[in-house]
Formats: sequence, structure tokens, C-alpha cells
Amino acid sequence: MSTESKLQALLDRGEFVVTAEIGPPKHSSPEGIKHHAEMMKDYVDATNITDCQTAIVRMSSIAAGIHVMHSGIEPIIQMTCRDRNRIAMQSDLLGAYSLGVRNVLCLSGDHQKFGNHPTAKNVYDIDSMQLINMVRQMRDDKVFLCGEEIKQAEPRFFIGAVANPFADPFEFRVVRLEKKINAGAQFIQTQCIFDMERFERFMEKVRERGLHERVHILAGVTPLKSWRAAKYMQTSVSGMIVPDEIVERLKKAEDPKKEGVEICIEQIKHIRNIPGVHGVHIMAIAWEEIVPEIVQRAGLHPRPKVQ
Amino acid sequence: MIIAQQKPIQEIAEMIKDCRKVLLVGCAGCVTVCLSGGEKETEILASELRIMRKLQDNPLETVTFVCTRQCDPEYITPLDNLVEDVDAIVSLACGVGVQYVAERFPTKWVLPAQNTNFIGGSIEHGIWEERCGLCGNCILHLTGGICPIIRCSKSILNGPCGGSQYGKCEVSKDTPCAWQLIYDRMQSLGKLDKLLEIQPPKDWSTARHGGPRRAVREDVIIG
Amino acid sequence: MAGDFEPKIVAFCCHYCAYSAADLAGSMRLQYPTNIRIVEMTCSGNIDHRVILNAFEEGADGVYVAGCMEGDCHFLKGNYRAKKRVNHVKKLLEEIGFDSRRLEFYNLSAAMGPRFAEIANEMTQRIKELGPSPLNKKENGKEGDGK
Repeated sequence: MSTESKLQALLDRGEFVVTAEIGPPKHSSPEGIKHHAEMMKDYVDATNITDCQTAIVRMSSIAAGIHVMHSGIEPIIQMTCRDRNRIAMQSDLLGAYSLGVRNVLCLSGDHQKFGNHPTAKNVYDIDSMQLINMVRQMRDDKVFLCGEEIKQAEPRFFIGAVANPFADPFEFRVVRLEKKINAGAQFIQTQCIFDMERFERFMEKVRERGLHERVHILAGVTPLKSWRAAKYMQTSVSGMIVPDEIVERLKKAEDPKKEGVEICIEQIKHIRNIPGVHGVHIMAIAWEEIVPEIVQRAGLHPRPKVQ
Repeated sequence: MIIAQQKPIQEIAEMIKDCRKVLLVGCAGCVTVCLSGGEKETEILASELRIMRKLQDNPLETVTFVCTRQCDPEYITPLDNLVEDVDAIVSLACGVGVQYVAERFPTKWVLPAQNTNFIGGSIEHGIWEERCGLCGNCILHLTGGICPIIRCSKSILNGPCGGSQYGKCEVSKDTPCAWQLIYDRMQSLGKLDKLLEIQPPKDWSTARHGGPRRAVREDVIIG
Repeated sequence: MAGDFEPKIVAFCCHYCAYSAADLAGSMRLQYPTNIRIVEMTCSGNIDHRVILNAFEEGADGVYVAGCMEGDCHFLKGNYRAKKRVNHVKKLLEEIGFDSRRLEFYNLSAAMGPRFAEIANEMTQRIKELGPSPLNKKENGKEGDGK
């Protein structure tokens, strides 16, 4: 199903897309995100705006997404299942679409235990699978989740979801991806890749099931700033695999930041040759300024234009 | 069974600090089985409180009693003779029992000695775990006998999420990922294909979200 | 105060080891304090949290439980249960502001007459230093009165 999304237009015409991530602030000033958006706009095709990532209170994804949009980048709003029930979700989706948002990434969301409000009640009314399906139904069947008709101006989002080839059980990850595609996912962003071998095995299974022809997969990458950052991800983030070689390489490097960027660029160049991967998703956590350099040196600049 | 655990002694002592005589009521139901509020635990608590108050030069008189259970009005009636001259009733039952006692003695101050935690079962002597989400619409036949509502930290029905690693939930290394368990179980049942079906959103109105619940058996109500 | 305070100490001893060791100490004419009142149990695992708490409430200045050496319990795991229970009661005592050093658990075998005497001496010395149980002090209004 086609939408007004520029990201979809680029993917459908076979472009290798570049998306990045902007983390909204822990206060109500949009200056920071506007600055990041201005800086990135010629280097990416769209950016995600995270939704209270790690369950830490930040400016809402939709509001921040509008600021990013006004600064010249197409936003991909994120919606987790942790903080909103189906009523709030549908309401927010109508609102976001009315403001010009065209892309939404549906995900479960980190448990609130990780954030700054661990005593909060969580919602998890529906899960990410059901959310994907709900967004699709609003667009294609023009109905709310309860079955009631959306009488006019139904929201027509380009629907994204996540896949994590590094979580378990590995064999089931591709099956779950297929489920998400069946539910309506049109593009996928993966968890950031450090274990390239495992990602390649994952893509092999994806191609075996023909999923690469049904969905656009964007491979996630993250530039690391230090061996400590690598170590933290290796040991303290669930569903992440960071091989020791990466940690060692950063430890031995004279300029770890430079090395981290090198590794990221190497990964992107390698990923471009994996069949079935239609783009890269650069998650430069708290290092948004590095995105232009990475995109440039990976040979992905300038970005194609959309009419 | 309902699993409850005693509140810290300081908290209980604080509740009864102005009392000179209290009645401690245990329950021979669930809390006896999970070793937190039965006869033994009631007497130990009474002993602890007496010793503690004696050390504070503020003696406490205690009376103990154990009800068959505190969730049937008939089993609370034996307390009638015991509550006359007590300043407070400390119930070691789960939240249900405390409320029943409070309802029967509306002019008496009734206090909970326990925190009611969850419904579950024993793993081994001394360890109990949560098992049922009380959702009011059981789907255990779809998940190989493992409840995703309560054993999955996010109540996901189409799991696992991206935080499942090495069979553990992202919330804690001690918590198994329910969906890993479900996957393994469905595999051993030869029913993995069932997990490809998309489970629709849950009707939460049968759970506590729909309001306080009630169950009725018309045929046994004789008035 | 230390001079004339004679502690009352209750020793819960298991029949197969500790009590036999007490007997042996007797036949060996080994000296141990008369402060110790021995209570025989079939197994140290018979000990109940309530019995210990009661002993203190009824006036004991010190309490100890003695069972077989680990691995040698006649009832297999009774002494493990006893040790766990005693440790749990020690924790409860601390929570209510009562010195848990007044309670102890020992392992010994039936052949250890001298060890029995040693334990008795050790505990008596410890309690003498700790003074009368605070649950006893106020009753007679005088310190140092162990009645």
C-alpha cells in the first residue's frame, strides 16, 4: 500500500536509504533537536525520533518529530507499547498524521525498570505485532481497532518495525519478522550490528523465506566512542552482541573515537553488499554530529532527491 | 495459592505503637502453605512484638488465633469473643482476609501484617513464584501451558521482544523469558506453526481493568 | 556488675551428639559452669523459632542449640535445619533490638566431652560480658539480678 512517505518513495524506487536517530531532550526546548536536524538534513533520508527510549522521560516523539520536520527532515516517529493504551495510540496517530507525519516505527519499548521512573505502572495494552496490524487497518481498512469506521481522512502511515537478529531464540527471529510483515510492516530497522557473522546468517534465513522481497530491511549501526561504551553494550544491554574483537580494537586504538567511526564505516560498506539490505540506520547515540561524516565517508552522500 | 510475605517488623510495630493489647489472627489457608501467616508465624510475630515492646518499656499484650481461612464470613465469627478489649486486630491473612475481618468489625482497627504479592505455586520448599495473571480469559492452550500475561514482563502475546537473550528477560537475569519457554514447549509439542499466527489484542475487560469482579453460582444460592 | 551476675543459659542439645557429649564431660569430671540448663531433644532439628523466643521471654540470658557435626546427623539433615533456624532467629532478634549474640549454634560429636565443656564455658563467659538479658533487668528494678 503506498503512502505519501518520501522514505517509501525512495525505497520503492530501489534507493539504498540512510536513516538516523534523534533523541529528544529532557526538557521542553526544541533548539537542540532543530540544530541536529539542520546538521543532518542533507545526509539522511529520514530520521527516527525515539519514544522515551530506555523508559526515560523525554519530549514526546510526535512533538519532537514536528520540530524535526520543520527543520527539513522527514521524521519517523516511534511508538512503544509501554506507555499508551490502544485509545491513546490511535488518538496520537490521528494527531501525528494531521500534523504531517508519514512514518511510524512500532515497537514494544524497554521495560520501565530501566528508566528514571521505575515505579510507574506500565501499559502494554497491545504488543508491537498488534500495533503494526492496527496502524495498517486504520490505513487500508479505514477502521479503528474496535471495528468502527474512520469516516474520512484515515491516517496513511508508512509502517516500520524492528528486528533483532541478536536476541534469542535465533531461529525464531526470522519467523517473528515474517509475522510482522504479515501484520503489515513495510520497513524494518534492526538492532545495531557488531556481530556481522550472525547478521549475515540472519539475512540468509530472511532470503530463504523470501522476506527481503516483501519488506525493506535497514541495517542498524552505531559508532562507538570508546572501549568502555563497547563493553557496556556487551554486558549491560539485553539483546545486544558485541564481539570481544571490537572491544579490543577500541582499547588498542590511539584515537578511540576515530577508530569507532572507522569501524562504523567499514560495517556500512560491508552491509551495502549484503543482498536484501535496502538501507542503513545510523544510531549515533548522543553523537548526532558524527552522522554527516559517516555518511560522507561511506560514500552515501549526496542523498537522492524526491519529487 | 495466594503468596503473601510479612511486612518488616518495624512497619508492623509502627502501626500498633499506641496499642496496649492486640489480637493477631493467622490464616490456615494459603499463607500457611507459603509459610508466612500460619499458626507458627502468628506466634512468632506475637513473640517478636512482645519482646520488642518490653525492650521499649511499653509492654504489649497479645492474643493469637488462627482461622481456618479468613475469606469466608463463617470462619471469622470465632473472633467475636476475642475482639472486645483489643486496641487493634492484626491479620496475617492476605489482603482478602484483612478486608473480611475489617468488614465484620467495623468499629475495630484492623491492620495488615502482610503484603499480598501474587498468585503462584512452590518451586521447592521455601521458594514460590508467580504464575497466573488473573486475566479472566485463559489462553494457556495457545502457549503450551505457559502464561504470557504474567510471565512475560510486557504481557506480550506475540513474543519474544528484542530484549530476550540467552533465555532471560531483559528485566532480570533471574527471570526466564516466557517466550523462550513457550517456544521450547511448543517445539517439543510439535506445534511451532501455531506461533506464526498473530494473536489479536487482548480483551482486558475480563481482568481487573474492567472493574472489581464477581463470580456467581446461581444453583447453590438458597438465601 | 560482672561480679555477681550469674547468667541463666539454656542449652538445647540433641540426644545423639550434644547430650551424649555432655554425659561424657560429666564422666570425665570436666568442669563446666552450672549456669547451663540442658534440654534434651531427639534431634537439634526439633528446635522451633518459638521455643527460642520463649526461652528469652521467660528469662534466659543466653540460649544455644547444639547438634551433630555436619554430615553426621542421625536424622540426616536435622542439624542443617537447626542451624538455619537459629540463624533466622538471630536475624529476627536484631530486627527487634535484641542482641543476637545471646543466641548461638554449635556442632559437636558425642565423643567431644571436652568440646562440650569448652562451649559451656565460652557461652557463659560471653553472656557474663553482655550482662543480664534486657528482658530481665526491669522486672526487679535492679541491674545484675539474674533471677
